Amino acid sequence: MDFSGLIQDFGPLTITGLAQGAIIALFALGYTLVYGVLRLINFAHSEVFLLGSYACLVVWGFFGLDQNSATPSVIAVIGFLLLGLVAAIVVSGLTALGVELVAYRPLRRRNAPPLAFLITAIGASLFISETVGVITQRNIKAVPPLIRPADVFVIGNMHVTNLQILIIVLALVMMFVLDRFINRSRLGRGIRAVAQNPDSAALMGVNKSRVIALVFLLGGLMAGIAAVMYDLKIGVTRFDAGFLLGIEAFTAAVLGGIGNLRGALLGGLLLGVLQNYAAGLFGTQWLHAASFVLLVLILLVRPTGLLGESLGRARA
Amino acid sequence: MRQVFARAISGLAVIGLVAGAAACNSSSDTGDSASGGNCGYKLAYFGALTGSSANLGVNIEQGFELAINQYNEKKGSDCITVAKFDSQGAPEVAPGVARQLVADKKILGIVGPPFSGESEAADPIFEEAGIPTISPSATRTSLASNGWKTFHRAVANDDSQGPAAAAYIKDTLKATKVFVADDQSAYGAGLADIVKQKLGTAVVGTDKTEADGKQTDFSAVVQKVVSSGANVFFYGGYYQNAGLIRKQLTAANWKGTLLGGDGMKDAGLAKAAGNAAAVGTIVTCPCSPPEKAGGTFVADYKAKWGVDAGTYSDVAYDAANIFLQGIDAGNTTAEKMNTYLSTVNYQGIANTYKFTETGELDPSLLKVWTFKFDATGNQVADQEVKVS
Amino acid sequence: MSESVAATSAKKSWRGNGGVRGWYGRQSLVVRVVLGIVFAVLAVLLPYVGDVPVIGPQIITVGIDWPSALFNMSYYVLLALGLNVVVGFAGLLDLGYVGFFAVGAYTVALFTSPDSVLHTEWKWVAAIPVALAVTMVSGLILGWPTLRLRGDYLAIVTLGFAEIIRIFATSSETLRGDRGFSDLPHPPGDYSDGKAIFGVADATPYYWLGLAVIIVVIFAVRNLDRSRVGRSWLAIREDEEAAEIMGVRTIKYKLWAFAIGAFIGGLGGVMFAGQQGFMNSQTFQLQFSILVLAGVVMGGSGNIFGAILGGALISYIPDRLRGIEDPIWHTDLFGFRFAIFGAVIIAIMIFRPQGLIPSRRRAMELKDREKEVAPQ
Repeated sequence: MDFSGLIQDFGPLTITGLAQGAIIALFALGYTLVYGVLRLINFAHSEVFLLGSYACLVVWGFFGLDQNSATPSVIAVIGFLLLGLVAAIVVSGLTALGVELVAYRPLRRRNAPPLAFLITAIGASLFISETVGVITQRNIKAVPPLIRPADVFVIGNMHVTNLQILIIVLALVMMFVLDRFINRSRLGRGIRAVAQNPDSAALMGVNKSRVIALVFLLGGLMAGIAAVMYDLKIGVTRFDAGFLLGIEAFTAAVLGGIGNLRGALLGGLLLGVLQNYAAGLFGTQWLHAASFVLLVLILLVRPTGLLGESLGRARA
Repeated sequence: MRQVFARAISGLAVIGLVAGAAACNSSSDTGDSASGGNCGYKLAYFGALTGSSANLGVNIEQGFELAINQYNEKKGSDCITVAKFDSQGAPEVAPGVARQLVADKKILGIVGPPFSGESEAADPIFEEAGIPTISPSATRTSLASNGWKTFHRAVANDDSQGPAAAAYIKDTLKATKVFVADDQSAYGAGLADIVKQKLGTAVVGTDKTEADGKQTDFSAVVQKVVSSGANVFFYGGYYQNAGLIRKQLTAANWKGTLLGGDGMKDAGLAKAAGNAAAVGTIVTCPCSPPEKAGGTFVADYKAKWGVDAGTYSDVAYDAANIFLQGIDAGNTTAEKMNTYLSTVNYQGIANTYKFTETGELDPSLLKVWTFKFDATGNQVADQEVKVS
Repeated sequence: MSESVAATSAKKSWRGNGGVRGWYGRQSLVVRVVLGIVFAVLAVLLPYVGDVPVIGPQIITVGIDWPSALFNMSYYVLLALGLNVVVGFAGLLDLGYVGFFAVGAYTVALFTSPDSVLHTEWKWVAAIPVALAVTMVSGLILGWPTLRLRGDYLAIVTLGFAEIIRIFATSSETLRGDRGFSDLPHPPGDYSDGKAIFGVADATPYYWLGLAVIIVVIFAVRNLDRSRVGRSWLAIREDEEAAEIMGVRTIKYKLWAFAIGAFIGGLGGVMFAGQQGFMNSQTFQLQFSILVLAGVVMGGSGNIFGAILGGALISYIPDRLRGIEDPIWHTDLFGFRFAIFGAVIIAIMIFRPQGLIPSRRRAMELKDREKEVAPQ
C-alpha cells in the first residue's frame, strides 16, 4: 500500500479519473434508461458503444486520417470532431434500435420471461462483437491524434488538459440535456409514464412500443458520444472494448441506482475516480477489483444503489 | 397456426445449420499425392489463431507457413502439408486440440506452442506421442526441466533476456531512475522481476497492469511514471498494452524512453501508439537482425501476407526450416526427427540453433540484440548487448 | 385436406397429453428404468460414435479430439446442472458462477501441486472433500451478503464476485496468476499392464468419470427438487414475499441454493483440475459464466434435462465448428464460432423463449403470460 504515492498523486489521479468517469457515465445512461423502462439489463448495450467507437474511426479514415497523421488546424479539428460525433451517434443509435428490434421486440410480443431477454441480449452482444473481431482480425484500430493534449491550467502537479475538459464538460452538458428532455418534454413524459406503470400508461394513450424504441435510441446516442470521447482519450479501440468498459458502465449504473439518470452520472464519476485511487494505492492490477468491492459494499448498505431507482420519479 | 409455422421454421433453421456445418467438413487427408522423395508428410503449427492472444499466434503461424510454402515452391509440388491447430493460447483448450494433433500420424514435427501456459498443458501429450516440438516463444525457464525429450525452444529463456535488458539500461542508457511495470503474464512478470533485481536501487517505482485486452485506461500507471521522475520505463509485457501505454505517456507529456522485451518487438506497438509517439522505443530480443543473415525474409513475408513480419515470425520461420532440413535428410518418422534435432546445428535468420539436452538453445550461441523504433514505425537493429 | 386436419388433431392430443414427457410419466417403473439405462449406455458409448457409419462422422468434432470434446461437455453439463439449481429452481440470477468452478479447481491445485505454497502434494482424491467443502463455504460467503438483493442487483454482485476471484487469482502470489500450477495429479487407477487409466493421451476415461458424476448429480438434484427444499425454492422463485408469509424460511433455502449450486460448480472444477495437469488464471473468464447461463436458459431453465442439453450444446457447438472451412472465405469456421453461436442463441430464444426442453411449469406460465399480452 502506497499512501504517500496516493497523496502525492491525488490531484492528477482525480482529474484523469473524472475524465474516465465521465465516459463511463455517458455509457451507463444506456443501461439505466433501458432498465428504467423495461426492468431489463441490456447486455447488448456494450456493442452499441463498440460500433460507435469504430464508426468515427471509419469516417476519419475516409478523410485519410490515421494514427500517424499530423494534428489538423483548429477549424478542421472541430469539423472532424463533429463529423465523428455524428457518425458515432448515428451508428450507435441505429445499432441500439436494431438490437431492440431483433432481440427484444419479438420476445416482448410473447411476453417472455425476463431471463429470455437477458439471453437474447447476450446473444446479440456476442454476435456483434465477434463479427467485429473476425472482420478486424482481432487487431487494434488506432485513433488519429485529433486533439493534441495541452495543459489548460495547472494546480500543483495536477495538469488539466484540453481533452479532459472537453470530455467532462460534454458529459455534463449531455446529461443536463437528457435530464431536461426526460423531465420537460412530451416524449419524456411518455417515458416516465411507461417507467412508472406500463399498463396505465398504455391505457392513457402512450404508445409503449414507440417509447421503448425511443429509450433505446437515447441510450445509443449517449453511447455514441461516449465512444468518440473514449477513442480520443484511450487512443485505440478493439473488438472487445465495449465488453470491457460495458462491465464498468453497468457497475456504475447500479452503483448510482439503476434506472436513475443522475445516479448514472454520480456512479460513473465516482467509479472513475475511485478506480484511480485504488490503482494508486494498491497497484493498477487491482483497479477493476476495487470497483466491484466498492459496489458490493454500497449495495450492502443501500440495496438499490446510492440514489435509488427512479426513472419514473425523476422530477427533482 | 402462425406459431406452428414459426416452430417449423426454427426447427428447419437449426437442422440446416447443423447439416450445413456437417456438409463442409474439411477432410484433413488430402496430402496423399506424395510425389516421391520425402513427401506427403505434415508439419504442424500448434498455438493461438483465435482468441485474445491470436495476434501473437498469427505472427508465428505466418512465419511457419511461409517457410513451408517456399520449400514446396522449390520442390514444385505440395510436398509438405501445413497443419494448423488452434489452441486459442488457452491452457484449458490445449489438451483436447493436442490429442487431435497426435492422432495424425503424418505429422513429423510441431512449431509451437507459443505460450508457456499452454506448453505446460499440451507438451506432456506431445511427449507421450513422441512428436518433437520447437517453441518459438515459450520462454518460461522451468519448461526445460520437466525431462521432456521432445521439447525444444528456439528462443532464449527468461533468464537470459532480463539481464541483457538490465545491462543495456545501466551501461548504454546510463539511466539512474527507472520505473518497472509488467502485465502479470508469466512472460512479462518474469522479465520484469529479473530487471528489477539487476537494477537494484535504480528502480524508483513499480506497478502491475492487467493483461492485453483486459485494460485500456492506464492513467494511474502513467501518473506514477511521471511522478516518479523516471526517465526510463521498462515494461514487461506484449506490444498492444505497450503501445497504448506509450501513447498515453506521450499524451501526459512524459519524454523518457520506453523499453521492453521481445514481446514488444512488433509493428503493432507503433500502430497502437502512432509512429510519432513510438519513435525511440527500445526492445531487447534474443535474436539477431534478419538483415545480418542476408536472405529476403522481410520482403518475402511482406509479399506473402501483406503485413510486416511481427514478433517471433522470424523464429517460427527458422523453426519450420529446421524441420524441413530434417525431412530432406530423410528423417521421416517423428522418432528420427527427434533424434535429428538433438544433433542439429542450423544457421537461421534470427539465430544459430543448436539444442542442449534439455531442449534449450546452446547458451554459447545466444545473442541478445536491441532494436529501436524509428520514425516510420520500423524496428531498426540497434546494437548487440553483452552481459558482463 | 382432411388428412392434415386429422394429423393436426392427433398432434394436438399428443401435446395435450403432455407429449413425450407425459407418455414417459405414464409408463410403468420398469419401462422407465429400462429407458434410463438405455440412455446411460448410449452416453457411455458416445466416444465411439465416430465408428457408426454415415451418421457418426457428422457428429464427432474434427478440430479437437472427440473424447476431449466429450469431456469438455461433461464439465459444462455439470456447471449447467449446478447453475440450474440456483437460477432455474431458486430463481436467483447468478452471473458469476464460474467463480465456484475456479474455487474448486484452485483448492485442488493448492493442495496437490508441487508449485503450491502449501507443499502438501496430496493425491487428487484426497483433495476432493476439502475442495468441495471450500466451495460450499464460498457459496455461503457469496450468498449471505447478497440475500437482501433482488434480481438484477444480485446479478451484478455475483458478476462482481467472479471478477474479484479472477483478479485475485491473477494478481496474488499464492494463486500464482498466469504462471499457474503445473504437475497437477490425475485421478488414480492403473490398467493391468501398469499404465495409468487416467493418462494424458486418452481423454475417454475422464469423460466416463465425468458421466458418472453427472448421473449421480442428476439423481441428487432431482430428489432435492421434489423434496421440501425444492418446493420452497419454487415458492421463493414465484413470489418471495408470499413465500415468506406462508412460513417458508426464505433465507435458509436461498443459502441452500447457493451452497448446492456452488458444490456442483466446485465438482466441475475438481474434474477439470484432474484432467488438466496444468491450470492458470486464464481459464476463469467472465465470458465463461455468461456462456453457462446462456446454456441453462437456452436448454430450459428449471428443467434438469434442459440444463444438460444446454450445457452440452454450449460446449459442443463451438467445438464442432472447429476445423471446418467456411465455403466463402475458406477460413476456419472456428473464428466465427461465437458470432454464429450468438445468432443461434437469439434464434432459439425467440422461437422458444421457455427453452429447448422447458420445465413443464415454466411452459405453462409462459402460455399464461402470452395470453396476457395486450394486442399490439
